[in-house]
Amino acid sequence: MKLPSLRDVATEARLLLIGIPVFLWTMIPIYHMFLFAISPKEDAFSGKLWPDHPTLHNFEIVFKQQHYFLRDFYVQFWNSTLIAAAVGVLTLFIATAAAFSISRLKVPGGRIVLNLALFTYFIPAAFLAVPMYRTMGNYGLLNNHWSLILAMVTIASPYAIWVLKQASDKLPVELDEAAVMDGATTLQIFRLVYLPLMMPSLVAIGTYAVLLAWNEYLYAFLLLSNDREITLPVALGNFLAADDSPWELLMTTGFIYALPPAAVYYAFRRYMVGGLTAGAVKS
Amino acid sequence: MAITLSGDQALPGPPLSSRLTPAQVWGIILLAPYLLVFLAFVVYPVCYGLWLARAPANYVALYNDPIFARAAVNTLIFLVIGINIKMLIALLLSGFFAQQRTWIKWLSVIFILPWAVPSIPTILSVRFMLNPEWGVINHLIFSFTGDDGPNWLNDPTVALSMAIGVHIWKSLPFWTLILITGRLAISHDLFEAAEVDGASWWQKFRYITWPSMQTLYVTCTLLSMIWTLGDFNSVYLLTGGGPADLTHVLSTLGIRYLRLDQLSLAMASIVCAMPFVLPLVYFMMKRLSR
Repeated sequence: MKLPSLRDVATEARLLLIGIPVFLWTMIPIYHMFLFAISPKEDAFSGKLWPDHPTLHNFEIVFKQQHYFLRDFYVQFWNSTLIAAAVGVLTLFIATAAAFSISRLKVPGGRIVLNLALFTYFIPAAFLAVPMYRTMGNYGLLNNHWSLILAMVTIASPYAIWVLKQASDKLPVELDEAAVMDGATTLQIFRLVYLPLMMPSLVAIGTYAVLLAWNEYLYAFLLLSNDREITLPVALGNFLAADDSPWELLMTTGFIYALPPAAVYYAFRRYMVGGLTAGAVKS
Repeated sequence: MAITLSGDQALPGPPLSSRLTPAQVWGIILLAPYLLVFLAFVVYPVCYGLWLARAPANYVALYNDPIFARAAVNTLIFLVIGINIKMLIALLLSGFFAQQRTWIKWLSVIFILPWAVPSIPTILSVRFMLNPEWGVINHLIFSFTGDDGPNWLNDPTVALSMAIGVHIWKSLPFWTLILITGRLAISHDLFEAAEVDGASWWQKFRYITWPSMQTLYVTCTLLSMIWTLGDFNSVYLLTGGGPADLTHVLSTLGIRYLRLDQLSLAMASIVCAMPFVLPLVYFMMKRLSR
């Protein structure tokens, strides 16, 4: 075995000098959350780096809904799931149809619609939140899940359309022509040629929309307020209303809430990195 | 004028449906769902909001509100200082993560975590770490020095810096990832040639990496600035705008006015940001729709 040269060791040491702080910086807030989740209250509040008596008791309290703040945990979890799923499906439907129409059918005015969508994408979502809140009030949708679903679809679809349009432009036009020669109708081309070829981008966009909706806090807390209608992040925010918030339970619930999106992200990472970064910034 | 009712296609001015091919009809039908969403949830709210903010009195009230001025300054600090620090770190880290090492591959998988997990629990986790009495940071300061640590979030400058820190923690992985893609697109031959010529680390960066990445870098910086204008969570969940409403940014200020039932002020504060936002948006659209 060849011994590493002094120069190699120095390079490795310099890389570690960056790598270790990066690791600590990334993990500390997440580790802190995990630490609270497995600590009894006394240990959590005493600033220990590892609890004297690690326990899963906090998880038991959450799963049995044994606290005032947690009495609707399952309903809220279900609300989050339902809304995220609905946003994913609706965004995919709307954006795929629009991208197919603009990119493959070359619908008149498609370019303008694409630019309008792109414009919406760049307007910060928090700025649209104020008028959106009033609009949902005018439509009579406040405290209704549809208000959050429709708001999130509005926010997710511009980017979705844009990425899907870029991806469909890359499909060879000969495919459509061949299908037309074989007598395929427009809908058959959409269903049998277009959708299968677009699958990787569709997975990426579906994941994007689901994660966006699951993670959303601002719109959720503006549009929903009833304890049995709100999503998990709003419930987490409500913990802060009390002076003696049970932080160990808040962190436990937060940990449970953070697991599904992290799992989804890592499961679809292959698609996400390819599909999203390619579209996110075109140099 | 020909009688189009007869259905004679040869006459001028045939009905709309016959001028469109079936594919175009389908195009319109398939585009309709998005157009409906756009009209109902973008056009209508924006017009309604602008109508609410029409009275000049709103802008006088904003001008006289010290919290608004403070929020505007905070937003500028957040964008100009915060984002530039973030992008600079992202640029450096993209070089680090582009190194071919197994352990760096694994670290990059972990590094993406802040981006992959929702921001609410992690920001609240940081918030408790900074708690002056029970937070782990002040516990550590006490056990090492015997002194009480500072009341972190009670000082507006420190609190705003912490909010910027939380923002960087959350979005650094995303921008690093984008810059890594940009870096990996540079031909490796260039670096090998530079190596042969004995170029230093800095020369390689200055004459190879930077020229091929500067467009991407500037685009990313501008895009991040636009999006950070809408970063509500980092400030709201960490400081809540406090102490004494001194750490608000424009996005949390709008919601504050909304909570105080001053909707027209909320809209007016957003309208005030438009002269800065719209040129950036226009510039970005030019760049992306090339």
